[in-house]
Amino acid sequence: MTTVVAILAEAWSEIRVHKLRVILSLVGVFLAVFGMTSIAAAGDIGRQLVAESSERSGGRPATVMVQAYPLFSGPDNEVISTAMREVVERYDIRWSSLVLDEEIIANFPGQSERVAVRSVDPAFGIMHRLLIEQGRWFTPADVQRYAPALVVSPSFLERLGGFDPNRPPTVRLGGDSPVLATVIGVLGADDFGSPFAYLVNDSDSGWTAGSNPYGQPPMLEMWVPPEQVDQVMAAVTGDLLLTLPGHDVFAQRADAGDQLAQLDLVLNYGVRGVGYFALLLGGVGVLNVGMVVVRQRIREIGVRRSFGATSGRVFLTILLESVCATAVAGALAIGCAIALVLNLPYEQILSVPIEDLPPFPLKAAVEGFLAATAVGALAGLIPAIVAVRAKVIDAIRY
Amino acid sequence: MTFIRLAGVGRTVALPDGNQLEILTDINLEIERGEHIAVVGRSGSGKSTLLNIIGLLDSPTTGVYELDGQPTDVFSARARARLRGATFGFVFQQFNLLPRRSATENVAAPLLYASGRQVWGRRAAAREMLERVGLGQRMDYLPERLSGGEQQRVAIARSMVRNPTVLLADEPTGALDVDTGSTVMDMLQHVVTEFGTTLVTITHDLSVAARADRQFRLDHGVLSGLSAADLPSVTAQRSGS
Ligand SMILES: Nc1ncnc2c1ncn2[C@@H]1O[C@H](COP(=O)(O)OP(=O)(O)O)[C@@H](O)[C@H]1O
Ligand SMILES: [Mg+2]
Repeated sequence: MTTVVAILAEAWSEIRVHKLRVILSLVGVFLAVFGMTSIAAAGDIGRQLVAESSERSGGRPATVMVQAYPLFSGPDNEVISTAMREVVERYDIRWSSLVLDEEIIANFPGQSERVAVRSVDPAFGIMHRLLIEQGRWFTPADVQRYAPALVVSPSFLERLGGFDPNRPPTVRLGGDSPVLATVIGVLGADDFGSPFAYLVNDSDSGWTAGSNPYGQPPMLEMWVPPEQVDQVMAAVTGDLLLTLPGHDVFAQRADAGDQLAQLDLVLNYGVRGVGYFALLLGGVGVLNVGMVVVRQRIREIGVRRSFGATSGRVFLTILLESVCATAVAGALAIGCAIALVLNLPYEQILSVPIEDLPPFPLKAAVEGFLAATAVGALAGLIPAIVAVRAKVIDAIRY
Repeated sequence: MTFIRLAGVGRTVALPDGNQLEILTDINLEIERGEHIAVVGRSGSGKSTLLNIIGLLDSPTTGVYELDGQPTDVFSARARARLRGATFGFVFQQFNLLPRRSATENVAAPLLYASGRQVWGRRAAAREMLERVGLGQRMDYLPERLSGGEQQRVAIARSMVRNPTVLLADEPTGALDVDTGSTVMDMLQHVVTEFGTTLVTITHDLSVAARADRQFRLDHGVLSGLSAADLPSVTAQRSGS
């Protein structure tokens, strides 16, 4: 224990004495750790943000989307949605939603406008991690309402004036026989000026009276454990083919699981590979200076031998100097990386809305620090061997 | 009681051209605890080699070296290093202070290789030792800012800080002018006497040698006794300083 303290004290005093040289030699290590840690951490944070954002559009892993098209006639939404609800019930799928995209006329004060509406089940909000800025998302109770409930986009709300939860705004939807819909919530995500709204699927879906420009029948979305994806797709497709004769049925994964896995691959191997290479170059710099310093210190090492320094002690001291120095450089680099990474404008760079910035990934920090320390040990190895092999008598002879 | 015993010690080195150079030949020397001895000889006569063998920095190629009754050739390199640190203090002609380290840090340095209590108390011990050699006002000076005599006094403080049994001084006044050398020797002798340390001084200055209890001459690797008649008057030297 005391020996460790003594060795550290000695190593530290060496570093202090050779300050400038040590600092210069560490620039490479600092930059490498700084770069590696920043990119890895920023990548990690970006990945999380992208994942959250893509879950809003594609659903969480694993989201399965099923569509059924009649082969010989126009789609009958009623028939298709009934069959889909049956299959969800049969397999006891907890998280699912029917999704129907339509366009309807919204009668805003002063003007009417065609807006996109998407009818969904209350579960859809959770399946897509939708951000609600004001008010709330649908609950099962909203399915039973007499007047439809709406969750609208920011520019939809803008056209209505504003949101007051005590006196929710209303809007007339539909052309010939409009219904009065109540806005119960406002989405957080930017709609870039084109208003849209979510409607909750009701039991008889009698009120939207919308027109469907693409002839798109309702889709079924299911959020299932990733390992059950194939099983669920096969079972649901098979059942629907039976219950919907004359229809073609497609099932596919809608979440971004695969692309994210590729991003992970780049982050894990690409960034690491480049980082370690840069660190290796930094290590060569440390080694270089270590060799110069150790040659100049042969006499000093001889003197320390006369104090009773063993070979092991000489070796450890030189090695530890290198390790201490790169560890300090690594710690500083990580500090700078944290400051940088937590202040990057992710919202602009990734153009995704951000709820909470994820914390700095501890793994990246620990890895950077360990890598710096390891480089110090590697770079200190050769000078330490040179120091041990120096002939004491020649060293103290003038 | 004999503390250091050299019997038939020889040291040869292999030269690059393949020949053997005999630096020391059949050295027989016994030194008692607390004794002060001096070895004089020309440059290149093998004085430093003899001192390095005594201080366990070098090993004889022939003969026996016993330290406190123990043959030293049985020790491992590690044991020799520890024994060296605990038993010997070294003073060199060129001072060999650690550059850019203050006087206190220099004097404290050997204690980093000592036992637990000494490691923790090294700064206090260093300061006390510097006071003893009259450098209480120079504790935080770097070696570069000290005069030659002051540097050698720091080196003396450093060699004595672990309270060694034997102090080995290799031409301690060799790099100093006569007056400074004499002052430094006074200091050295004062400290060594106070601690009861055995002193082996190597010098080519007969007036320095005259201060010792016994004197030897080393000539081309052969050690012989030196009679008092060969030396300048000791009393004259002492009154002069
Ligand atoms: N390792 C060595 N290799 C070759 N020659 C050496 C070696 N060590 C000492 N010598 C030679 O041995 C002689 C004695 O050296 P040294 O003990 O340093 O003498 P002194 O200290 O009396 O001047 C010198 O001529 C020196 O050059
Ligand atoms: Mg010499």
